[in-house]
Amino acid sequence: MIAILIFGISVLTLVQFFVSYCHSLIAESRGYEFSEQGREISGVTGSTVRGDQFRRLLQLIALCPEPAATRVRFRAVSLYFGLLGLVRALFGWIEPTVGRWIESERGGCAYVAAVMLDRRIAYNRVLVAREMSSQL
Amino acid sequence: MLGVGRYSIMATSGFTSFSYYYFYFYSDALLTICLYFVLMNLYAHVFSEMASASWCGGARCCFSRAPLGSLTAWSRCPAIGWLRTSLSNFPESVFVGVVLTYLLWGAMTKLRENRTHLMQLVLSTGVYFSMFAGSYALDNMYPNTVVWRYIFHLMAMWLPVSWTYTFWKVPEDARMATARVLVPNR
Repeated sequence: MIAILIFGISVLTLVQFFVSYCHSLIAESRGYEFSEQGREISGVTGSTVRGDQFRRLLQLIALCPEPAATRVRFRAVSLYFGLLGLVRALFGWIEPTVGRWIESERGGCAYVAAVMLDRRIAYNRVLVAREMSSQL
Repeated sequence: MLGVGRYSIMATSGFTSFSYYYFYFYSDALLTICLYFVLMNLYAHVFSEMASASWCGGARCCFSRAPLGSLTAWSRCPAIGWLRTSLSNFPESVFVGVVLTYLLWGAMTKLRENRTHLMQLVLSTGVYFSMFAGSYALDNMYPNTVVWRYIFHLMAMWLPVSWTYTFWKVPEDARMATARVLVPNR
């Protein structure tokens, strides 16, 4: 009985902590200034990115070499995006408000992906510039 | 380090050996106690900036007694008895960590704590404790399920990875409105 109680409470706190952690990662990205090229590629309009852009951004990110440290944040946000998809599939049809909330959360995840893509583009530019200068 | 120790014992004594179980739960118990001390420090950090010296002193006193008390009690038990006790009580001791972290997060939101570093450290600690408490509870309910042995090792990576990210990538003076974590996209 105690084990069931602990399990139930732990799952609830896990969801709350994990969602808050992902929110903190998303909020941390909000202050990022996009480059023109990054904005164009990612489809950023103002300070929003549509949630359905996430998969496309994932594919673009996979094409760019990256500094390893950024993977942690991205994995956590990708997992959160997947969980949101699951919640939408399970409960999205019940109430339209839930659907809107999920879409805004997915937009946040896509924003993190856009920031990551822009950072990787900048990183790759530096790498190319270094390569070219070493050849000269 | 614990992972290396666990692996070396597993390689020499075997995955289902008594030595491995003993080392695994003993090291995990010590790790949990260390995490209690970390929580104590996080409490101190949160309340120090809020000029709540008395709260801070109370929290320190309370937290230092809990882990030290349990450490003393465990060290007095004979090895086999201790192992049995710790195996049956482990979900509860990790669950205490969940409750303490939850209280700390509640206090942080109430006090409008805005240090990104602290927020991420507390939240990732909360995720870690919750994952382990839930898994140990499930393990207690279904003790013969082998899958938990592997999941525990995977979950153990969460805390070092997330803390490394926070310490390495997030500037120490970074600030973030608490409301953005609670109600994002506004």
